Amino acid sequence: MTTTDIRPQTGRSAAVRRPSRLLRNLSSKVAMLPLIFTALVIFLGGTIWTVVYSFTKSGLLPRLSWAGLDQYERLWSSRKWIVSIENLAVYGVFSLIGTLVIGFTLAALLDRKIRGEAVFRSIFLYPFALSFIVTGLVWQWILNPELGLQHVVRGMGFESFTFDPLNNPNIVMFGLLIAGLWQGTGLIMCIMLAGLRGIDDDIWKAARVDGIGTVKTYIRIIIPMMRPVFVTSLVLIAAGIVKLYDLVVAQTSGGPGISSEVPAKYVMTAMFGGQNLGQGFAASTMMLLMVVIILIPWAYLEFGGKRRG
Amino acid sequence: MKLSTQLLAATAICAASSAGAVDLEVMHWWTSGGEAAAVSKLAEAWNATGNTWVDGAIAGGGDTARPVMVSRIIGGDPPAAFQFNHGRQAEELIDAGLLLDITDVAEAQGWKDIVNPPSLLESCTVDGKIYCAPINIHSWNWMWLSGPAYEKAGIEMPTDWNSFMESAEALRAAGVTPLAMGGQSWQQAGAFNNVMTIAIAGKDAWLSVMQDKNAETVMGPEYTAAFEAYAAARELSTGINVQDWNQATNALINGEGGAQIMGDWAQGEFAVAGMTAGEDYGCLPGLGMGAYLQTGGDAFYFPVNDDPEITAGQKELAAMLLSPEVQVAFNSVKGSLPVRGDVDLTTVNECTQKGLDLLANGQTLPASEQLIAPDTITQLNDLMTEFWNTPSMTAAEVQQQYADIIAQAE
Repeated sequence: MTTTDIRPQTGRSAAVRRPSRLLRNLSSKVAMLPLIFTALVIFLGGTIWTVVYSFTKSGLLPRLSWAGLDQYERLWSSRKWIVSIENLAVYGVFSLIGTLVIGFTLAALLDRKIRGEAVFRSIFLYPFALSFIVTGLVWQWILNPELGLQHVVRGMGFESFTFDPLNNPNIVMFGLLIAGLWQGTGLIMCIMLAGLRGIDDDIWKAARVDGIGTVKTYIRIIIPMMRPVFVTSLVLIAAGIVKLYDLVVAQTSGGPGISSEVPAKYVMTAMFGGQNLGQGFAASTMMLLMVVIILIPWAYLEFGGKRRG
Repeated sequence: MKLSTQLLAATAICAASSAGAVDLEVMHWWTSGGEAAAVSKLAEAWNATGNTWVDGAIAGGGDTARPVMVSRIIGGDPPAAFQFNHGRQAEELIDAGLLLDITDVAEAQGWKDIVNPPSLLESCTVDGKIYCAPINIHSWNWMWLSGPAYEKAGIEMPTDWNSFMESAEALRAAGVTPLAMGGQSWQQAGAFNNVMTIAIAGKDAWLSVMQDKNAETVMGPEYTAAFEAYAAARELSTGINVQDWNQATNALINGEGGAQIMGDWAQGEFAVAGMTAGEDYGCLPGLGMGAYLQTGGDAFYFPVNDDPEITAGQKELAAMLLSPEVQVAFNSVKGSLPVRGDVDLTTVNECTQKGLDLLANGQTLPASEQLIAPDTITQLNDLMTEFWNTPSMTAAEVQQQYADIIAQAE
């Protein structure tokens, strides 16, 4: 954020000693120093260090013996890495669309001034209070064919009922998606609801006067007005997708086989299971690169454009 | 965490200056019921010497615990001793000069003469210096058979892999899944890398692959037979969907599964269930074919420390871990075999006796972890678990990829 200096200036003194840009708002800048330091040293420094060491043969300990692009060659020839990327893409697309659609629909329904709104809001938000590990374990049990949903339905007499996504390599990502959506939509719903509450009642009245239907009003008028809310939701969801790790560990630990591996888990396994830091660093550098490729054009359009306008 | 370690260090200094005894923090990942009982035997023995055992247990297994230990060592706040498996896991820490050389203890105690098999001490040795104290032997090379399942099918327990394959049909007919296999990659890969290859491809072919990293042997006829047997085993395992190895062992206990390929630690589960070796469950070392035991297990390493009192304590602890009393007390509870050939365990059942006999006859091989680096093990785990869970993948495909990994291995 930039703040423009709008302090009233008496012509004479301003001409004599105009405070330098660096010293403007000095106290707030001093207060920001720890954060600036953290961002530069920990985030930026750590990132650069990781990228540099991804070109080395580091094993259990980081050491500077250069390996050129070997780590990257091995990374991209690894089946597990390719599967991880594909899984993340599938999970990302469906989780993004699913969370936004379900979150907004729930928020819109709650916004219709229904009775017991607070109760429903709490119920939907509740899963968010659980960690991914707990969520993963709960859904691992629910989706376990021998003691979960399939067992219950079969017990009711439907002998041929089969629902075991966690044991089927082809649809295991959707088993993860169910748990991810269950946990994540509540928060998005609350953000959306706050956004809907921020819409002036007059808009609704005007729409009604013009005879526009409720659904159409939402889609054509309300949603475009809620753009900042959607951007916030998008950032939250996207961050959750990229760092997807604990849910997989708790629910499937990458199985069956390698069919639910994700990039973050690949990094962890390479670094700490395989004692191959170089390979893990190469994988995390690729993760960063993917985020950057998606993020920079979007951030430029979103925030750069606004400043100009 | 940090404050508590500082406090511990402070109390350690006080105790050391007043009584001459030291507090040693020992890190390990033995947290299950039987394992914790075994650790308490070590702690008792150490406390009996007038020193204090500070327990640093990390739950979640070796893959979780090892990074924690390594980060404490690199971060300059090392424990006094920590557990690693026999093998190459500590190689780099030794190269970096972070671990204490305990050659003098080993020489004074004559470890060279008492540690059996000698490969355990060799794993501790780098450039002629000894860096670790082996504590127990665990071997992978077992197939466990379920008494209840074979009773259900009305047939005798098989005596080797081939007769097991023949009995599979009868087991299926009785509603039993012939082979119980957990869903985690190390189980599926371990059954092949450690058990089926040694039993079916033979000792020489196995050593050629694991020790000499000879990719041609992987493509040879011996290994082809092993890959085909592994593919057949894959068919026999459909029907049981469990993750952990002890859940698979449990399927044997209640008669849902016929057999399990798993290390000797599985025997602890049968013991807890009150089953008798030879009657309620059977065991086939080396699948009943070429019976060799791999001598994996655990060893303690000692990080370098500035404090001479702690260094002296570390050496005292190293000597104690291999003393006959501690070896018997610890391994009897843990269910593992002692590292010295000159002690007798107090209670031995039929299966453990088979293991001890093989050990005494020298029918031992090193563990895979002693021959190949953890990085390669991770790659092989990924490959074998992919094969196990992808019915469309053929034995020939997995064989080619296996050979590629071995060719690149260090």
